[in-house]
Amino acid sequence: MTAVISKKALGIAPMSNNKMIMSFISEKVQALILPMAGIFCFMLLWSLTASSIDTSLGKFPGPHAVATQVVNLIDEHNAERDKADVFYIRQDERNKVRMAKDPSYQPKVRIYTGKETFLDQILTSLVTVISGFLVAAVIAIPLGIAIGLSKTLNTAINPIIQIFKPVSPLAWLPIVTMVVSALYVSPDPMFAKSFITSLITVTLCSLWPMVINTSFGVVSMNQDWVNVSKVLSLPKHVHIQKIVLPASIPAIFTGMRMSLGIAWMVLIAAEMLSQSPGLGKFVWDEFQNGSSQSLSRIMTAVLTIGLIGYLLDRTMLQLQRILSWDKSSAQL
Amino acid sequence: MKTTLKNECKKLCRTVIAGLCISGSLLTSSLQAAELGYPEKEELKFGFIKLTDMAPIAIAYEKGFFEDEGLYVTIESQANWKVLLDGVIDGRLDGAHMLAGQPIAATIGYGTKAEIITPFSMDLNGNAITVSNEIWKQMKVNIPKQADGRPVHPIKADALKPVVEKYLDEGKPFNMGMVFPVSTHNYELRYWLAAGDIHPGFYAPHKGDTSGKIDAQVLLSVTPPPQMPATMEAGTIYGYCVGEPWNQQAVFKGIGVPVVTDYEIWKNNPEKVFGITKAFAEKYPNTTIRLTRALIRAAKWLDDNNNANRPEAVKILSQSNYVGADYDVIANSMTGTFEYEKGDVRSVPDFNVFFRYNATYPYYSDAIWYLTQMRRWGQISDDMPDSWYKAIAAKVYRPDIYMAAAQSLVDDKILSKSDFSDLVGEDGFRAPQKHFIDNIVYDGTEPNAYINKFKIGLKAGEKL
Repeated sequence: MTAVISKKALGIAPMSNNKMIMSFISEKVQALILPMAGIFCFMLLWSLTASSIDTSLGKFPGPHAVATQVVNLIDEHNAERDKADVFYIRQDERNKVRMAKDPSYQPKVRIYTGKETFLDQILTSLVTVISGFLVAAVIAIPLGIAIGLSKTLNTAINPIIQIFKPVSPLAWLPIVTMVVSALYVSPDPMFAKSFITSLITVTLCSLWPMVINTSFGVVSMNQDWVNVSKVLSLPKHVHIQKIVLPASIPAIFTGMRMSLGIAWMVLIAAEMLSQSPGLGKFVWDEFQNGSSQSLSRIMTAVLTIGLIGYLLDRTMLQLQRILSWDKSSAQL
Repeated sequence: MKTTLKNECKKLCRTVIAGLCISGSLLTSSLQAAELGYPEKEELKFGFIKLTDMAPIAIAYEKGFFEDEGLYVTIESQANWKVLLDGVIDGRLDGAHMLAGQPIAATIGYGTKAEIITPFSMDLNGNAITVSNEIWKQMKVNIPKQADGRPVHPIKADALKPVVEKYLDEGKPFNMGMVFPVSTHNYELRYWLAAGDIHPGFYAPHKGDTSGKIDAQVLLSVTPPPQMPATMEAGTIYGYCVGEPWNQQAVFKGIGVPVVTDYEIWKNNPEKVFGITKAFAEKYPNTTIRLTRALIRAAKWLDDNNNANRPEAVKILSQSNYVGADYDVIANSMTGTFEYEKGDVRSVPDFNVFFRYNATYPYYSDAIWYLTQMRRWGQISDDMPDSWYKAIAAKVYRPDIYMAAAQSLVDDKILSKSDFSDLVGEDGFRAPQKHFIDNIVYDGTEPNAYINKFKIGLKAGEKL
């Protein structure tokens, strides 16, 4: 917007209508054609290299093998759902028989005990990453604002942040696992231990970029706005609510997008390492299976992971566009 | 084969030991009095490692044997044996497919100390030793040939000895993989190597040395079973001892050659067990008996009619959530054959035994054999009297639970009495066992005397 106004002010002649439409179309076409061409070239290169790589598990999977596996995985999912239906019917009958024998018995419906399908694993990973990310946001944003506002606090906490920031959360994983199994004991836990472990790992790695970016956003706030707040002698909470938060939203979101990207990558690795349910476990299980289909299934998972990571990032961007006053900051 | 054996046993029972039959029937009536109640805990989670000998668990689930007992079981594959054991100890898992050495080692406090018991032995045999193509090429020249040009079996480690010596002369360490310090595979690999006069190294836990490489000519290290082929392919190890399908996988991938099966090292050796904590068995006695019942039925199904159900079992095992390897790879060993060098397929009908020869009964003498090997290689650093061996075995192996489950299966007419006919009056010790690759006889009642028979290994009174 500002750019357009300044161009007008500088006296640059506006384009003719025709030209504008042409350039609009060509822009659209470019936005559509170029990525298509990119993907096409990638596919071509992929299938060419794939067919020339021989592993001990057979040929490297090309696009066709992956497409077959997508169909397979969906079929397996449906088959498993059918098995689940039969399971519930059987369970119902068993409960009825027992009730007839023992009227005081309280029938209980237990959830299906069969395997998790690929789609279940995707869902598990998504829920884990989002919960871990939200926990991190709840801790990191207030902390970042506090650090940004108070120089004393910043000086005190900064060394700790700098030391923990470069630590891979995977290094924390064994400690987290042991601590969770020691402390999280309840006869009827609401969440599985593996879920808590993955969640904490995700939180740990999402924390630092968010804290640092938030505090940076607060520190580099426009000094004029701070002065306005001072002149109006706004109380502290109003100052944060009306001035600090809106001013630092772009920086907060930059931190959040970074965090979510890292969290998604780390979660997959953590799942592989700790065998907690999710896409990472799917990949690791397939690697261990070493069947002739394993590689193509792993490749399918790799593409799925990428696609989901991309969608997560776009979602955050969309959220930023809605929440931020400065739309130009919400660019790719 | 099976029926003749059974008939013989029946005859024995009827004619010779009539007295025992009477005591057996006394047992029957005393147990019949208490009808088996509903399980105290119905939702269970069992762990396993991707190996074909986890089959009884998969079959008990897929064939609905667990559900018949009112048990709702979730089955989850584990990353490695340590994770699996920790899972059972900390309660994340209710029970698991375990190496026979694991409950024993946990009970005597080698590694994590915990009281783990086993009411059910999962199978006999099922392992093999595989070497890489490179080592095989060098080994093969030392092996005598049959008339048809194929190597004479069993292949002894004598053929490997010159190769190991050559590597040592060149200053190169000779590395091999096994799956866990207290695994059957570790002891079998050590047994085979030592029988060929190759020293696999001692442990000295009292000095803090648990790497097992003291005086070693071959360095053994731990690798999880499913990663064995990949680790050998990467050149980190020259060979390994592991369960199926990871030996056949090496043949299919063309990266190695299985040289000897554990059936040839020790005919009908006990392999995996089903492990639960002692606390679990005490807190949930009905659940314990019921899960044992389901596993016995599954094991029986696997061996029924001369392995007639094996193809179906292989199909189940090849699902990605169980073993997950290709059907052909698993079928190779599960259906009575074993492929050594590519194309050299030989018949080994008893390579995987799940029910025949009382495979599921937890014999004290089996537990004692593992203890003798732990002592032989220094994992047990001090001399122990024979009575100690028996006491530990009785603490870990629980034939009482097994017999209660078997009896209730007979009472409910699910299985017939003849299925357990040779177990009437069983005292938990197998008759002295021959058929070891080095022809040393094992008698479970005299562990110390047995240890003294080995050329390589700690003997009574010795301490590192």
